[in-house]
Amino acid sequence: MLHLLGRQTLRIVMGFGDFALFTGRSFRAAAHSRRLIRRVCRAIYEQGTLCLPVILIVGLFTGLVLGLQGYYVLNRFGSEGLLGALVSLCLVREMAPVLAALMLIGQAGSALAAELGIQRNSEQIVALETMGVSSHGYLVAPRLLAALVAFPLQTALFVAVGLWGGSLSGSLLLGVESGLYWSSVEEAVRSRDVRECFLKAATFGLLAISICAYHGFHADRCRSATGARAVSAATTRAVVHSCIMVLVADYVITSFLV
Amino acid sequence: MEAVATDLLLQVEDLHKSFEDRRVLKGVNFEVPRGSLFTVLGPSGAGKSVLLKCIAQVLSPDAGTIRFAGRELGEEQAAARRDFQRRSSFLFQNNALFDSLTALENVALPLEQTTRLSDREIRERSLEALRQLEIEDSAALYPSQLSGGMQKRLALARAIVTRPELVFFDEPTAGLDPLRRNAVFTMIARYQRQFGFTALVVTHDVAEALVASDRVALLDQGRICFEGTPSEFSASSHPVVRSFRDSAEALGLAIAAIRRPPPFDQS
Repeated sequence: MLHLLGRQTLRIVMGFGDFALFTGRSFRAAAHSRRLIRRVCRAIYEQGTLCLPVILIVGLFTGLVLGLQGYYVLNRFGSEGLLGALVSLCLVREMAPVLAALMLIGQAGSALAAELGIQRNSEQIVALETMGVSSHGYLVAPRLLAALVAFPLQTALFVAVGLWGGSLSGSLLLGVESGLYWSSVEEAVRSRDVRECFLKAATFGLLAISICAYHGFHADRCRSATGARAVSAATTRAVVHSCIMVLVADYVITSFLV
Repeated sequence: MEAVATDLLLQVEDLHKSFEDRRVLKGVNFEVPRGSLFTVLGPSGAGKSVLLKCIAQVLSPDAGTIRFAGRELGEEQAAARRDFQRRSSFLFQNNALFDSLTALENVALPLEQTTRLSDREIRERSLEALRQLEIEDSAALYPSQLSGGMQKRLALARAIVTRPELVFFDEPTAGLDPLRRNAVFTMIARYQRQFGFTALVVTHDVAEALVASDRVALLDQGRICFEGTPSEFSASSHPVVRSFRDSAEALGLAIAAIRRPPPFDQS
């Protein structure tokens, strides 16, 4: 029993170490990678533009629901005028970075893990190495750098659409005065909250994309399956692990910043 | 067959490789002369691909020495390894083409990533490589839109675009019918002469290899049991060489024995 526990602990610690080395190696390789900007732009397009619809839809409905729920809670205390503050603080400080990250993991992260897994299976990654091209620099580094840009931008968009959704349900459906809603937003949100929001978004982006890339890149290490099943298992692991790590990181960052 | 230059481009000495408890290479030794077409023959599962990947630095050997142009390649010799990667290329069994890139982009990739050539020069050299392999009309197509033979040529175009001195061919004819096998070996021999690179091929197709190669080696149970010219291979009385070379004849005897009518039962 103790032997098994020790072995599992060692395996997890080694996994974290391997993941840290993978991420570090990717950033280091970025320094020597040629035509990096072009590939970063392409990755921003994949993580940004292609994921735009899902961010807009989820952001809008999150704002709509927050507006409704917030109104019924505040109404009990006769404080409907604070609806804008409630929606904006909920979105900026917590919901937008987390939900945007989860949506991006579902769309861009899973696609990245599957793509790298297939490239590993079909020896495309080995082919790069035989050409003297760093696979970390060519395949992973642009995605990591793009995540530092795309995730904060998507989060900002999520906040904007969510605020508008809150205003829609508060003002249009429930009769809160629009000016009151937006002035409450303006008063409640401070620059510190926005900084915290962007810090979280960048951290989640980096974590999510590096975890997804790590699992896809090492799809051949799967012991329980090979071929297409190994890619599917790697993609599942990538999504589950990155979602968990985003929530853990959210707690850690919030506990330091609150 | 043309005369082969006598200086050695590649030397492999006492190469060992194991995967957990399974010993695949048990002390492999051979030398590849510069400008030659050298083929390593062997049955399936003999470790040919592992040998090639160890030499190409894709896998790390457990022990042994690999020298390229006289310089040893090892974990500590990073500069020599980089130089080796720059001067060699690898043609994979399944081609390993980037399916999200067009034919032209596939060929341009090694130039974009390993040279400081301008975009225009890269495009010109890539198109030139496609033209030399007679697939320039397919420059804008994706690998999945090409036939098997064209994919093979595209993979070769990508391998030679950096003008390597040594090209590795991993089972280039695996899974192909006899006509296509001939076509692939003809292509390798033709371009090897045309571009002047040294080719190291691993295959189990004896007939084609003997016709196209300058030198052949036979890998059996993790060791090289024969090395020499194709004519020496054909004349060899080494039991493993004979059984491998005469496999078609052995098959004929086995089939004849199966089809022979049972002796008449007199009881």
